[in-house]
Amino acid sequence: MTVSSLKQMLVMPSFEFLTGFKLAIKRLCKEPLGLLGLILVTLIVGSAILAPWIVPHDPIAIDVLNRLKGPSAEHWLGTDQLGRDIFSRVLMGSQVALKVAFSAISLALGFGLLLGLIAGFGPAWLDHIIVTLFDTVRSFPTIIFALAVVTLTGPSLTTIILVIVVTSIPIYGRVVRTQTQALSAQEFILAERALGASMPRILGVHMLPNVIGQLLILASMDVPIVITIEAGLSFLGLGIQPPTPSWGTILNDGYLFIRNTPWMIIAGGIPLILCTLGFTFLGESLRDIFDPKLRKDI
Amino acid sequence: MWFFLVKRCGLGVLIVCLAVTALYLMIHSIPGDPASIILGPRATEEMKAALAVKMGLDQPILIQLFNFFKDVFQGDLGFDVFSQRPVIDIIMEQLPHTLILILVSIMWAAAIGIPLGCYSAIYQNSLFDKISAILSVGTIAIPSFVVAIYGLLIFSVTLRWLPAIGAGDSGDIADQLTHLILPSLAVGLGWVGYISRLVRSSMLETLGANHIRTARAFGLPERVIIYRYSLRIAILPTITLLGVGVGYLLSGALFAEIVFARPGIGKLIFDAVSTRNYPIVMGSVLITTILFVIVTTLADFVNALLDPRIRAHA
Repeated sequence: MTVSSLKQMLVMPSFEFLTGFKLAIKRLCKEPLGLLGLILVTLIVGSAILAPWIVPHDPIAIDVLNRLKGPSAEHWLGTDQLGRDIFSRVLMGSQVALKVAFSAISLALGFGLLLGLIAGFGPAWLDHIIVTLFDTVRSFPTIIFALAVVTLTGPSLTTIILVIVVTSIPIYGRVVRTQTQALSAQEFILAERALGASMPRILGVHMLPNVIGQLLILASMDVPIVITIEAGLSFLGLGIQPPTPSWGTILNDGYLFIRNTPWMIIAGGIPLILCTLGFTFLGESLRDIFDPKLRKDI
Repeated sequence: MWFFLVKRCGLGVLIVCLAVTALYLMIHSIPGDPASIILGPRATEEMKAALAVKMGLDQPILIQLFNFFKDVFQGDLGFDVFSQRPVIDIIMEQLPHTLILILVSIMWAAAIGIPLGCYSAIYQNSLFDKISAILSVGTIAIPSFVVAIYGLLIFSVTLRWLPAIGAGDSGDIADQLTHLILPSLAVGLGWVGYISRLVRSSMLETLGANHIRTARAFGLPERVIIYRYSLRIAILPTITLLGVGVGYLLSGALFAEIVFARPGIGKLIFDAVSTRNYPIVMGSVLITTILFVIVTTLADFVNALLDPRIRAHA
């Protein structure tokens, strides 16, 4: 880390969120990879939000006469085995991917925060129970756990989100727990306790602001992982169900027709790669700017 | 040390037990009773009742759970109705394929990742370092199943250089190896990035350590300092990473096996999910979980051996 960036971090008041945000954007723009990540993420989020208005064709309209066509002026990325416009499906797919990522991560973050605070601040026996639960959940490899759940409940959007939430709660919970334990030994928390502050007040007013920054960085780095899980499950036919477009289902269609046309695979895979790359570059740059210490914990 | 070992193994056993319980409860939360699912819609009430007694379904849930535990610890994971064979035999037949794939993937990834990280650390902030940093993040970010599909598209379908499906003839080693190239590329690519980043950061740490400075002051050749004194220590965290990462390896192997229609435990689980073959799904999930717990416990143990601070902490 350079001297100037150190100075900037020292000057930056951590509680003035807006100033911090402006500085982050400024510093992101100076780092080539951070800037690239920011651009990619803006593009993807923008197209996901605007998707319903900018799709050139109905993404689920079937046109069997024009099936498995290559790119043309009418269909920019060609058509799939049912004659649906792939470009429109890719655009709508970004919406599905981000919807899953946003809802799953915010739920996991919420529950992880709550359980982590309880484990870190509560009595030791409760801490042991929660940590063992975390370890148990983490002892299933994510995709294999997902397969087991899907066998029982059947594939759906809710199942994917549920699986991601359950398997990511421990990631957030552990960080919060460690942070809370470290904080509860500090003087300002002891002082609050001595003053007779209630538990909700200590946790909500004093602990939370100290943990939330790290959690948000973790969450931003979790986005590509979650999007990969959604696309992976949908690729296996166990996630998003047709006719709803998802990058994973487009890849699956392309995989089945790999000897007829390469276009579906290219169209389904490139946005997924750009998306994971964009969020990873952005997440890593944000972490380096706000919390270089976190680098060692992950 | 012994205390740590016992405690960590106890935790491992506890986790496996919890996992078994969770799996058992999950099987039993399926709508409809197992007897009528197995016998199909045309079974009479008497047939269902007879099978339920045979499977022990008429007993209280706690006793069923106890019997299930007893069976699992005796290596009996149930019976597959479709192929008329014990589940454990089917799993043990597929497991070696997955283990070979994982081993080969991790070996080539380490063979490239370790030197990459090592040189990046030696020539810190050079152009080489920067390019390798970007490549590392890139390979980590790209989903392994996309690598698998693109590999299939480029090398099997378009160029026709490499075989697309299967694991090769069982007697022909060269054939098996060519069938391993693409799957292990897909599984290992992300690990090149993980390993090189980890080796780079731990190498930077050791290169700044006191004993290295002493070695330099003694005028030892740079080559000896790097390979004999630094890399030997810097490589240790990679072992731990492998322990933690075996879950990712299994997930990667699952996708590679499905994309390349390779035999293995991932393909087994996937096919069983598609046909709703519960005993196979539960059996293979259980075996992978046990494998996972054993490897993470081993990694923790190796870590504690190497770093006394962890022992003291636990």
